[in-house]
Amino acid sequence: MTVSTELELQSFVLLRLGERRFAVSANQIAELVAPSRVFRFPHRTPKLEGVILRRGRIVPVCDVSEMLLGTRLTSRRFYLIAVRKYGTQREWIAMPVTGECELINAEMMAAVESDAPHVAGWLSHDGDVIEVLNLDTLTPGPEHALAEAAASQKAEARP
Amino acid sequence: MRLAAPVKPSPAKTEQIILFRVSGQLFAVSSASVQEVRSADSMSGAATEISVPGLRKVRHVVRRGDRSLFIVNGAMHFGLHVAEGALLFVLRKTRTALLIDGIEKMTTMTRLQALPLSFCHEERQWYRGLTALDQTVIPVVHPEGFLSPEELVLLDAALLQADNSAAADLEGIDSAQ
Repeated sequence: MTVSTELELQSFVLLRLGERRFAVSANQIAELVAPSRVFRFPHRTPKLEGVILRRGRIVPVCDVSEMLLGTRLTSRRFYLIAVRKYGTQREWIAMPVTGECELINAEMMAAVESDAPHVAGWLSHDGDVIEVLNLDTLTPGPEHALAEAAASQKAEARP
Repeated sequence: MRLAAPVKPSPAKTEQIILFRVSGQLFAVSSASVQEVRSADSMSGAATEISVPGLRKVRHVVRRGDRSLFIVNGAMHFGLHVAEGALLFVLRKTRTALLIDGIEKMTTMTRLQALPLSFCHEERQWYRGLTALDQTVIPVVHPEGFLSPEELVLLDAALLQADNSAAADLEGIDSAQ
């Protein structure tokens, strides 16, 4: 292995959702915590279940399994707390995951145009090819609301 | 050399809030935002019906001089299971009287956390933020978030139409007599 390829190794956290594994850049991960009480209140944002209290912070719980697997998780063992960017701001979000997570070093292949928007790239590990998730497109935020509003306006404008 | 005076820790800013229920769900509102608390029955005599297509949460209006208060069904506003409200909060500096199930208690909040940015739809107008009380997270409502300016325009138009048709009916009766 040459020095230049060693430098391209990055740290990722592998998470499990059902039978599939996904990766998130390790610098976006805050911690992995046991499930705690989810506080629910009325809202209109899809994919958000409610919030949990963690170290005095109120953290939204975002279930991404339906978007990634096409089905909701039946069992959840942990919440992976990740840092989500909203422009210049950063906030924690909690994602329910099925099993324990693993920290690995791997080289990421960049996503191509034909990949889904939530794919930041790909990595190879233990004989599996694993999607690296782009949390900014996978989880809701103001930019999603704007895009949805624009889409509904377009649909209304159609004769 | 003179040392800087020690900074006194400022006392935590607190706010009096009222915890109330709508369809079993707990909410909070600043007590300073509540001008009156009335039983729904006491207002029913003074309320007149109003109907705006697509705005089912407002069914009644109360006239107070030249001011109209629109009674907003809290359960319908939040998309909860509709229950018959027992109390009305007349919200200060708004034209809203909010129909709720009941008051839980009055208490003090020491910290209002902004609604996380993941929440990106109407709830951003509904809530000022979230507060943690006794290990429970409670949304703190925005008094002006129950009726948007667009909804108020629709309601005022419906009110004007109702007034005009009532006046026309009266004229018809007068001329017939």
